[in-house]
Amino acid sequence: MALLEVSNLGIAFGGLQAVSKVDLSIEKGHLYGLIGPNGAGKTTVFNMLTGVYKPTEGNIVLDGVDITGKSPEFISKAGVARTFQNIRLFNEMSVLDNVKVGLHNQIKYSMWTGILRLPAFRDREHQMNRQAMKLLKIFDLDGEAGLKASQLPYGKQRKLEIARALATNPKLLLLDEPAAGMNPNETEELMQTVRSVRDQFGIAVLLIEHDMNFVMGICEEITVLDYGRVIARGDGKDIRNNPKVIAAYLGGD
Amino acid sequence: MTKLKNLKKSTKSNLITFGIVILFYIVVQILSGADLLTSSFSGQLVPICAYVVLAVSLNLTVGILGELSLGHAGFMSVGAFAGTLVWVLLCETAPAWLALILAFVVGGIAAGLFGVVVGVPVLRLSGDYLAIVTLAFGEIVKNFMNACYLGYDSTGIHFSLKDSASMGLADDGVVLINGAMGITGVTKASNFTIGIVLVLITLIVVLNLIHSRAGRAITAIRDNEIAAQSIGIQITRYKLMAFITSAVFAGLAGVLYSLNFSTLVAKKFDYNTSILILVFVVLGGIGNIRGSVIAAAILTVLPELLRSMNDYRMLIYAIVLIVMMIFNQSPQMIAWRKRIAERFAARRAKGKHPTKEVG
Repeated sequence: MALLEVSNLGIAFGGLQAVSKVDLSIEKGHLYGLIGPNGAGKTTVFNMLTGVYKPTEGNIVLDGVDITGKSPEFISKAGVARTFQNIRLFNEMSVLDNVKVGLHNQIKYSMWTGILRLPAFRDREHQMNRQAMKLLKIFDLDGEAGLKASQLPYGKQRKLEIARALATNPKLLLLDEPAAGMNPNETEELMQTVRSVRDQFGIAVLLIEHDMNFVMGICEEITVLDYGRVIARGDGKDIRNNPKVIAAYLGGD
Repeated sequence: MTKLKNLKKSTKSNLITFGIVILFYIVVQILSGADLLTSSFSGQLVPICAYVVLAVSLNLTVGILGELSLGHAGFMSVGAFAGTLVWVLLCETAPAWLALILAFVVGGIAAGLFGVVVGVPVLRLSGDYLAIVTLAFGEIVKNFMNACYLGYDSTGIHFSLKDSASMGLADDGVVLINGAMGITGVTKASNFTIGIVLVLITLIVVLNLIHSRAGRAITAIRDNEIAAQSIGIQITRYKLMAFITSAVFAGLAGVLYSLNFSTLVAKKFDYNTSILILVFVVLGGIGNIRGSVIAAAILTVLPELLRSMNDYRMLIYAIVLIVMMIFNQSPQMIAWRKRIAERFAARRAKGKHPTKEVG
């Protein structure tokens, strides 16, 4: 059985059927792309996978656990992490603390341990600092650990969001337009990082992206959405030559 | 290295805050030993401590959690009445220290319970509901305590919301709370030392909470609730943690405050008091704990110090408010303070590593 099994997923907002009959099957350690024209429902699918929206139909099963319509906290603990299309960092917190919050459910101690500074506090904080610095290093952010997140340039903020997501120790990582606003060099570098993260952590990655070079260059399987439905599925070559996809992007019958 | 520096920075900042409080205590003790304090100033010492605790605890809700609360005086009131009742009932039978500790414990717990009652339904919602509900809560507490008559006699406890006669007390009965007249004839128990101890305890708890796993979760919720949820933080739980802690310390401050006077009346803890505490927080800087300490101390003592120039008192008070606001909040002033701090840091670095200049 695949890591993530999505079957017949759909959601309606009032009378508007935003997404319907979406099936996805994601294997451990693979890279998947989710593309489609603006308003096709890609982010809506992400929001259902992470519990922000409750689907009105269908099922989502992660590693044998039914996570359909569960709360975001539950889904995060079950092993799904995400980034956001419009970056959502904890702006007033330091870069290091952003990742340390991500470790919230990985390295724990109670409120009282924190207030009374019991011995466990030191241990766990050290452990958190080490772990967080390790993650920051992967994204070449260790030099900026003490800065406020809002002081980072745009490209680094995107990376920090991925580092924070990885801190939750996910099985599946969802990236919502990770290369948006990056120049070709940064995009190339990000591709390398995403690949190496996949190899290093052995996790599955599902990403939404408009940069076709990025998607074609990195994804092993691509699903195309249009008007909330899957219109094509396959590897880069299949998708590029699929008449339905071309019609969806360029218009036509 | 960066990590170490980071840890050090927050610890250092905390130590400065503690240092300021302890220094203030020592200076006041020396001055009072030398008999240099005016009686109006010494009368303000306990209220200063109480307001510092209130401002710091409100800053936990407003600055760290990022929720507006307009009923901090309500929690103060609950703590004050609960604690004072315990004190009045026990101070003659139990040893004074025990009665006092129990008064504080009961006052804090009572305020915390009301924090739960207010927080549980409201903090599940996101939005500005907390401001409205806490505003109403403060008024309800004030009006209820204004109309509350409580007493006891040999047959048991009597309670009424009408007047003292309708309690139906026997001849040997004792009135504890007498409606709008409140609790009278309280033996004063607070003093400056107790106040400073409470300030230090508050600072330790609040600062340690902020710089811990739970505190990071609370700050993360403030900065971005959706992102906090997405990394598995239980939003309601941490919001409640911050809000209830804040309420408990408001209650403790209430006990401290009320035991400084021989009478306790409910109308002292009204909307204006809530706003006054909020003014301390805003002026000291939202989220800035040390700022709250300093703002609360200065603004509590100022009206008394200015009493001699009666006509200009409120004028000067208003000017101080405006100047503090500009100094703390205006972007130009913040930039200017940063430049000054950097210049100092550079000068110090130069002094320490003269060889670096060559390279």
